[in-house]
Amino acid sequence: MPKRVGMEVSIGIAEAVKLCDVDVISAYPITPQTHIVEHLSELVANGELDAEFIPVESEHTAISVGAGASATGARVYTATSSQGLALMHEILFIVSSMRLPIVMTVANRALSAPINIWNDHSDIMAERDIGWIQTFAINGQEAYDLTFHAFRVAEDEKVQLPVVVNIDGFTLSHVIEPIELVEKELVDKYLPPRKPILTLHPDNPVTMGPVGIPEVYTEARKQLEVALMDSKEVVVKAWQEFKKIFGREYHPIETYKTKDAELIFVTMGSITETAMLAVDKLREKGEKVGLVYIRLWRPFPHEEFYNAIKKAKILAVLDRAISYGTNSGPVYTEIRSSLFDKKKKPYVQGFVAGLGGRDIPTERFFEMIEIARSAAEKGECPQYIHLDVKED
Amino acid sequence: MRVSALIPKYPEPETYMGHTHYCPGCGHATLHKLLGEVVDELGIRKRVIMIEPVGCSVLALKYLKFDGIQGPHGRAPAIATAVKRLRPESIVITYQGDGDLAAIGTNEIIHAANRGELFTVVFVNNAVYGMTGGQMAPTTLLGQKSTTTPTGRFAEFCGYPLRVCELLNTLDAPVYLERVSLFDVEHILKTRAALKKALLNQIEGRGFSLVEVLSNCPTNWKMTPEESWEFVKNEMTKVFPLGVFRDK
Repeated sequence: MPKRVGMEVSIGIAEAVKLCDVDVISAYPITPQTHIVEHLSELVANGELDAEFIPVESEHTAISVGAGASATGARVYTATSSQGLALMHEILFIVSSMRLPIVMTVANRALSAPINIWNDHSDIMAERDIGWIQTFAINGQEAYDLTFHAFRVAEDEKVQLPVVVNIDGFTLSHVIEPIELVEKELVDKYLPPRKPILTLHPDNPVTMGPVGIPEVYTEARKQLEVALMDSKEVVVKAWQEFKKIFGREYHPIETYKTKDAELIFVTMGSITETAMLAVDKLREKGEKVGLVYIRLWRPFPHEEFYNAIKKAKILAVLDRAISYGTNSGPVYTEIRSSLFDKKKKPYVQGFVAGLGGRDIPTERFFEMIEIARSAAEKGECPQYIHLDVKED
Repeated sequence: MRVSALIPKYPEPETYMGHTHYCPGCGHATLHKLLGEVVDELGIRKRVIMIEPVGCSVLALKYLKFDGIQGPHGRAPAIATAVKRLRPESIVITYQGDGDLAAIGTNEIIHAANRGELFTVVFVNNAVYGMTGGQMAPTTLLGQKSTTTPTGRFAEFCGYPLRVCELLNTLDAPVYLERVSLFDVEHILKTRAALKKALLNQIEGRGFSLVEVLSNCPTNWKMTPEESWEFVKNEMTKVFPLGVFRDK
């Protein structure tokens, strides 16, 4: 029987990284990512993990070290949050374009200013177009499991792309959750050693990321887009394989009580479990509501998403970030765009809530359902409603 | 009558509002107070614009009655450069820790110093990343334990403690570089004098001044405040010798 233990989620992730036999960990501390990297440094210091631990002077350097390490063929892990992810920005595109399969946990946190260390999705939403595969965990077990999955997908011969696993800062990273730990032998079965296609080695010289003149640049970028879109198949297969070996099942889009649902909430990350409670309470009152949560954010699973929501009349999309200047949140924009060509589609109402650690209680979902219904009846409403804003 | 009523009350500087969030025994509050005293003495409070950093002193502007702006991590010298050039009549101070100035912002401080920007830097070196929970900083001593060097810092993997005053002393432009500490009254008074000198350099238009203050971190060093000041006095000063490196 697998062992189920109470463990801080950050520690769980570090233990998962250990089981993946990473070669290089390069990081700079930023709240709330710190516990993951601290625990990894302990594992290296204890001799439990034979890896190069490189505590550098900034996130910009951390991801650059990661790029260099991955180019030599190493298995590379890093973690960051918020401003740290933003500081990595320029390198993130380089890593995906060079097809370097780095795995990074992002403990999602708000962006400055004002400085705020608490949770929302502003950091990763600003990086949604970096060409990385991006998944979201809703609880500690998922954060743990998605780490193995990330390495497996990233290093797949057909993929060769970096992966971000998103976990909500504090609400996931710092809480103690029951985590079913996996056996090393099973991890070895699931995740073979990395077999890089191209590496830096004088015996077999290559040139990575040289100047791309207009005659080749378009093709290089197109190649990245095709690789990312095509990676979905591998992402799904890797979850199927995960189920065979570890018994837990994951899909790009997950549903909760959506069978007869007329109104469906759409969420990402740990707020999903609160949304489940809200759905349960609403169901008790006889409301036909359900929940869809997005686990695979990039590449966006358009088909799976449509199949999950097509019977609903109303969608209430909860964003944890604002896409400034578009009058909406990024997830809402994505979904509206995804549904645009569909003949039969639900009314989509956007909401933004829970910025910078503001709590989202179940009552907020009751509010959402009222607003979304009345908007759908009238057929008009502001594109998105920012909930729980003090106006005076 | 309560005994406390018999103890003479020393006047608090007008600029310093006190009641800080810092851990018991931390040097930041002492340094804030010194800075407040010096600013009051020089009568420049209404001219000061302070750039506060990312790190434990992220709330410095809550305790010091200054005009101010929050600098992104390590970028205070860049912001200060602009503020001083566009408001030359103001007194511009950056207050930065070692995680901010000597790690993520090393390039900013070197280039601001090299351009000889006319602002004053208060650099607090406590050999650790305090705010994020005690990870190794570039200034961490060899052998010193931190949450990312649980068996101590080894030069082989993590290099050597970075000496900022010595590094900046290779540049032509800076006019004043001094390393001071807060481990006893004598050195606290020396720190006060250094802060005053650094601010006077700016008031009189001489050039770039930096005061490096060796401070403590009892929480992350896992010491009592007394032990931590002993560590500063006996260990840190061996690696980071006190004194004036530049005064021209």
